[in-house]
Amino acid sequence: MQFDPFVIPFNIGLYFILIYVVVRSIIWFRDLSRPDKLRLQRGFFGIAFVQSLKEIFLESLIHRKILKTNLRLGYMHMSLAFGWFLLILFGTIEADIFGAKHLNAPYKAIFFRFFNPEHGRIGFEAAYGFLMDLILAFVLSGLFLAVSKRLWSGVVGMKKTTRLKTTDKIALTSLWLIFPSRLLAESFTCGAYNSGSFLTGSLGSWLASFLPAQQLAYPFWCLYSLSLGTFFVLLPVTRYMHIPTELFLIFMRNSGIRTGDKTGSFSEVETYSCSSCGICIDACQLNFSAGITNIQSAYLMKAIRNNDDVSEIAHNCLLCGRCDQKCPVGIELSPIRMIQRRLDEPGNDFKNIYKGYFRTRQTTLQEKPITSVNYDFLPGTNPEKADVLFFAGCMTHLTPAIKNSMVKILDASGVNYSFIDEQGGVCCGRPLMLAGQDKEARELINYNSQMIWKSGAHTLVTSCPICYKVFKESYYLDVEVLHHTEFIKKLVDEGTLKLNFLRKRVVYHAPCELGRGSGVYDAPKELLKHVSRLEKNKFEDENSLCCGGSLANMKISSQKRNKIAQDAAAELTKDYPDILATACPLCKKTFSSATDAHVADISEIVAEALIEPGIKKNIIKQNSTIKELVKI
Amino acid sequence: MSKHVIVIGGGVAGLEAAGQLSKAGIEVSLIEKDSLTGGHLNNWYKLFPDRRHSSEVKAYLDGISLNDRIRLLTGTTVEKFHRNKSHFSIITDKGKELSADAVVVATGFDLFKSEKKEEYGYGIYDNVISSSDLEVMFRSGKIVLQNGTVPKTIGIVHCVGSRDEKAGNLYCSKLCCVTAVKQAIELREHLPASKVFCFYMDMRMGGAFYEELYREAQEEWAVNFIRGKVSEASETIDNKLVIKVEDTLAGRPLKMELDLLVLMAGMEMSEGGKKIATLSGLTTGQNRFFSAADPHYGSNRSNINGVFYAGTCTAPMNITETISHARAAVSDVMDYLKESN
Repeated sequence: MQFDPFVIPFNIGLYFILIYVVVRSIIWFRDLSRPDKLRLQRGFFGIAFVQSLKEIFLESLIHRKILKTNLRLGYMHMSLAFGWFLLILFGTIEADIFGAKHLNAPYKAIFFRFFNPEHGRIGFEAAYGFLMDLILAFVLSGLFLAVSKRLWSGVVGMKKTTRLKTTDKIALTSLWLIFPSRLLAESFTCGAYNSGSFLTGSLGSWLASFLPAQQLAYPFWCLYSLSLGTFFVLLPVTRYMHIPTELFLIFMRNSGIRTGDKTGSFSEVETYSCSSCGICIDACQLNFSAGITNIQSAYLMKAIRNNDDVSEIAHNCLLCGRCDQKCPVGIELSPIRMIQRRLDEPGNDFKNIYKGYFRTRQTTLQEKPITSVNYDFLPGTNPEKADVLFFAGCMTHLTPAIKNSMVKILDASGVNYSFIDEQGGVCCGRPLMLAGQDKEARELINYNSQMIWKSGAHTLVTSCPICYKVFKESYYLDVEVLHHTEFIKKLVDEGTLKLNFLRKRVVYHAPCELGRGSGVYDAPKELLKHVSRLEKNKFEDENSLCCGGSLANMKISSQKRNKIAQDAAAELTKDYPDILATACPLCKKTFSSATDAHVADISEIVAEALIEPGIKKNIIKQNSTIKELVKI
Repeated sequence: MSKHVIVIGGGVAGLEAAGQLSKAGIEVSLIEKDSLTGGHLNNWYKLFPDRRHSSEVKAYLDGISLNDRIRLLTGTTVEKFHRNKSHFSIITDKGKELSADAVVVATGFDLFKSEKKEEYGYGIYDNVISSSDLEVMFRSGKIVLQNGTVPKTIGIVHCVGSRDEKAGNLYCSKLCCVTAVKQAIELREHLPASKVFCFYMDMRMGGAFYEELYREAQEEWAVNFIRGKVSEASETIDNKLVIKVEDTLAGRPLKMELDLLVLMAGMEMSEGGKKIATLSGLTTGQNRFFSAADPHYGSNRSNINGVFYAGTCTAPMNITETISHARAAVSDVMDYLKESN
């Protein structure tokens, strides 16, 4: 029997982590809601399983998405993950083929060289040894990058890297020790027995030329086993838990499970799947414009895992969604942040790291109690009947140029419309939702819904992407909700609205709530192309910047907000366009005080391009309230 | 050999500084971007707190600044600014090179661009005007709405672009309150049938005789002061303005119909000043005004030896303060020239 006491730490670690992951998975499965359990069961026996295997290979091993964003960082992750995987796979095969017998205990594959020191001198054995050395070199090259990244994040093309807690540091050290100690252990053994391939063999014979290789090999085999064992035991309380958890996440996601609006197994699995790669930190404008470096999603995930008080982190965010787009693991970061906003202040019940191994009970945090709100003072709803409703929203009322343009466009289009909040309306509810006060928001939603139902309209048009998102997602309406850019584009496509071409160079800024938030990217751009010369810029579609005005951040100072706005505006107006166009009254307002460039909403540009129709088709309002617009 | 000083800016501070320097026997070149000297004074009707005509102050400034020692370069801007030890040279947009032993920067202020507070509808609604537009109306003697009729109810909004984090101006412009009081009285004087409402956050009546003027406005002219910030203005079909405001003393929201809305635009670092800052390397503070070498005893000195500040390019000031500040700048310039001899 091939056994040596030095393998014990490795064995303890390995069996511990295997049992731990199984138990943890069972708990996660148990805590899933019934529909999600069914989804997972169905997914396990369906196409989702194959998809997941493919995704695990591409994302967990190859790290395709990181490679796409950042080649060097991707290579680092790939060489460590895929390289280690290959080392285990080919090591197991090696032990199976060349070992004393088939179907060995795992340690025999890991410490194969120790038990077979003279292996691999000739023929096929030598070729196989060459392959194993090649894989080890591959892993070591990634490790070299990882160590350099810690010391100097610029090495892998990143501006910032994540800060670590103590257990992470110990785990990181043991992880770093694994591969160099394997290299040295194998080299010493090879040196002593004159075996090994280009890496272990050459290094071994060189070391053996001036060191007692025979005696030195054993301590390094011990170190190798010990660092593996330590790493495995610490894994559950460190960020490296993402290694097993991500597999689970991929299965769950491919089975159709989503974060939703409450804590649960899935959001917890997502939280543990974060590897703290730091891509979200580089994407965050609070970081690169405002110099706020402790609230990014990677830190939020870490704080949730550690049961820290996250309310400060959760609320200091523009919810612009840039990190959601960039996250290589595909974690729904903004929804998780929103869940944290809805929760009451958490208590630090799990300070002790030993308890950190099982802290699934953190999901029992209390939801915020409803504040005593009373909206009885609101007037009764008695709207006029119309086909199309225009809901300007409070921000559009604060930017009257947009309001006037919309009325002018609606009048010119001849549709039977009603300006539902012309005399001031009730808030759409989104600001309360962003503050985590969903129940209060529901009151406002009910009020507005009644108003919309009673009007008998089939279309609801809004100028404000903030309203648009909430009308689309949180209202139960049987009307078509359109942002004004979609509506105007429809009118243009139908031929109802005729527009001139303006000789203006325009850069388009996609508002967060409209673009990343609601997926409306094309309608505004096509409309702008129809009336002006739309120019390209570096920050388009999913990569758009946030103007900084977002209602979602309740912690940031106005100075930092202005800094974000100024930086974003400067970036967008680099080529001195005639107009910086946007499709959101809040973006317009924020940019207006941050740049000297001319900022305008698309509706203003369209209103200026209007060709007045000879006869209006279906005029309802005899006395149009609209007068001359500000010239663009 | 007589010394030569360049004064940049021909407003109140620039004229005063140039006049005092010339009195002391210094050769002065005064650069002014407009065709006329006098700056904002040219647009103003009467001055607070005594409501004397602005032309009286202009006449004084012309009196001291029109002499042989002062070379006036109106309609001229600075394009290049060089310093070589104790020697300065400035190249103007007309290609002229001026050299001097010292420079006085008196680039003044610009009024906050009220269009930036779009919620008040300046430039969008006909009858929303700025404090400076109203002065022009006073000068012409005709205070009428766009359609030619006389306004009956008039609102005055304080703090437009001052004490406003969102507008990027944290500071108080400190003169808009008293300007509002002065203009409210003048409106009542011109239009005795009108009602005037001032919407303020705090009444900052810090100058000599300001408080007295505020009292007079209430007691003799029946101007209404409502504590609260106007949140937005809109326009009705019959061309009236509707404003939303919270009366914070009564603790309730108000909606009010007005004929005319006057915005008390705050004071900002001037565009000209910003240009000089980039050309010369003079430092500016967080409020974007030039930052003085010492806030207590060096408000005329800059980070460049030989360059001095006069007037509102360093902070909002009234005319009295501006003139004193300009004289103090001259005193610093004289000391500097003596030492550098």
